[in-house]
Amino acid sequence: MNKILVIAEHANGVLNSSTARAVACAAAIGGEITVAVLTTGSCDVAAQAAGLEGVVSVAELTNPGNAQALAALQAPQLLEISAGYTHVLAPNSTFGKDLMPRLAALLDRPMVTDIMAVQDARTFDRPVYAGNAITTVQVDDDGLVLATVRGASWPPVVQTQAPVTVECQTSDIDLPAHTRFVALDGEQGDRPDLQAAEKVISGGRGLGAAEHFALVEAVADKLGAAVGASRAAVDSGWVPNDLQVGQTGKIIAPDLYIAAGISGAIQHLAGIKDAGTIVAINKDPDAPIFEVADIGLVADLHEVLPALTEML
Amino acid sequence: MKVLVGVKRVVDFNTRIQVKSDGSGVQTDGVKFSMNPFDEIAVEEAIRLKEAGLATEVIAVSIGGDKNQDTLRSALAMGADSALLVKTDDEIQPLMAAKILKNLVEQQQPKLVLLGKQAIDDDANQTPQMLAGLLGWPQATFASKLEIDGDTAAVTREVDAGLETLSVDLPAVVSSDLRLNEPRYIKLPDIMKAKRKPLEVIDLADLNIAASASIATLKTSAPPQRQAGIKVESSEALVAELKARNLV
Ligand SMILES: Cc1cc2nc3c(=O)[nH]c(=O)nc-3n(C[C@H](O)[C@H](O)[C@H](O)COP(=O)(O)OP(=O)(O)OC[C@H]3O[C@@H](n4cnc5c(N)ncnc54)[C@H](O)[C@@H]3O)c2cc1C
Repeated sequence: MNKILVIAEHANGVLNSSTARAVACAAAIGGEITVAVLTTGSCDVAAQAAGLEGVVSVAELTNPGNAQALAALQAPQLLEISAGYTHVLAPNSTFGKDLMPRLAALLDRPMVTDIMAVQDARTFDRPVYAGNAITTVQVDDDGLVLATVRGASWPPVVQTQAPVTVECQTSDIDLPAHTRFVALDGEQGDRPDLQAAEKVISGGRGLGAAEHFALVEAVADKLGAAVGASRAAVDSGWVPNDLQVGQTGKIIAPDLYIAAGISGAIQHLAGIKDAGTIVAINKDPDAPIFEVADIGLVADLHEVLPALTEML
Repeated sequence: MKVLVGVKRVVDFNTRIQVKSDGSGVQTDGVKFSMNPFDEIAVEEAIRLKEAGLATEVIAVSIGGDKNQDTLRSALAMGADSALLVKTDDEIQPLMAAKILKNLVEQQQPKLVLLGKQAIDDDANQTPQMLAGLLGWPQATFASKLEIDGDTAAVTREVDAGLETLSVDLPAVVSSDLRLNEPRYIKLPDIMKAKRKPLEVIDLADLNIAASASIATLKTSAPPQRQAGIKVESSEALVAELKARNLV
């Protein structure tokens, strides 16, 4: 029987939905699922994890070093509890990407990045070349399987069941002092989270200037959509980095994705391959975004976006 | 301060990837190869540290076949002082790459290792973190800003929630994200100069690193292709279409 440990991602007392997505992948692997929650001692997050469908236990590890998720401090704590599991999974968010390879190195184990499908308990599909090829890979010895889970491929499990028990463990191992958190600069706006939103509208270089992003935001607010951006828009300083969609930004799977003034470079498309319906607004009829768009409109976004805001 | 920077030779980012029909991998014959874009940014950052008087020496290292010498020459042309190729024709996965780099770190004793956050071929995003773990060093991944101050570095990281700043003691491993800098353009005289810079080749076997557990690739397939859908003629038609599909 597989024993699967899923490492929870959370911030400010709230469990990130990426955790429920990783649990969905664990359920596809099959086995007994435990969620590890690393905290400084507050039990809120562990309680949320305890209600996730399919989870049989929650291991809460408390340590003063867990005030922020620093890989150099969390990997040694996870090393302590990894023994006895057949699989350790984490979301393929910046949190999981930072942490899991470090843990894998401490365990002297290879690791699978970005599971998009489970073939069997040790065989997985994962994207390479910005999603332009899919490899089927296998951990073909009998050692621990370590992997991150591609959120966009796994709809989150629901929070339904009566909470399972939370086992609290205080980790008293010495943690390194060589890595210190200084600050997090992130805007907590009123719009939905890009990675969880059902609708997303993104703007690219075609917007022409920072102030024109307001056109995108106006449509977003009408739709209750999250706002995204291409790398060109982020590099131009029009919007913060956390809005970038694509190979090196966020990989998302909303029901509706609207790309305005975005050409459709492969690195951008890598982030939206799993979107339900893609709408492209671009004045260039030959823009590659039209090759993947379900609905295309060849027009100037400066006319289209205000019109949409008006009509929606 | 010595800086070690890793460079990987990968299929150029502008290439349209073709999956081979027999499922054995992607087409690499007749395809352009270049330095992994994230590594180029790491090299640029190392050179800027040297130009700012913060680094004394920049060593570029690569792991792979003889053709990687071209990649290392590019790093030398950008401004690295010397280069080191660990020669092997085997497929090197991240855990093994990290062990090789650890070996080089122990020999070269750099105070900073700069690596690209991921290679755009396997998109693994593992080697820097694994190296830091093996060395027991701090890691600052996905860096968009790096400031060295004596024995510490302040690193701004691109994380899902925004920009996170860490302070780490040196020595440390830093992995570069796209916005760390814009790599310089290599000029012809630099290429000539690079030819005279030292490039050492060592055989992987001579490093005596025990083989690591690895992951087997069973097959490579083309992703499901999205098809172009319909075109609408106006904003009104777009709204009507979205309503018809129950999307708004
Ligand atoms: C290693 C690597 C990783 C990368 N990762 C990412 C990533 O994660 N995400 C990402 O997005 N990019 C990424 N890129 C960059 C990518 O290659 C493209 O450069 C980028 O996506 C282009 O952004 P864009 O479409 O906004 O700009 P452009 O390609 O310049 O396109 C602008 C579009 O706007 C249209 N336009 C202009 N004016 C108007 C108007 N008035 N009305 C309507 N349309 C108009 C134009 O016709 C054009 O198609 C990466 C690149 C590399 C090398």
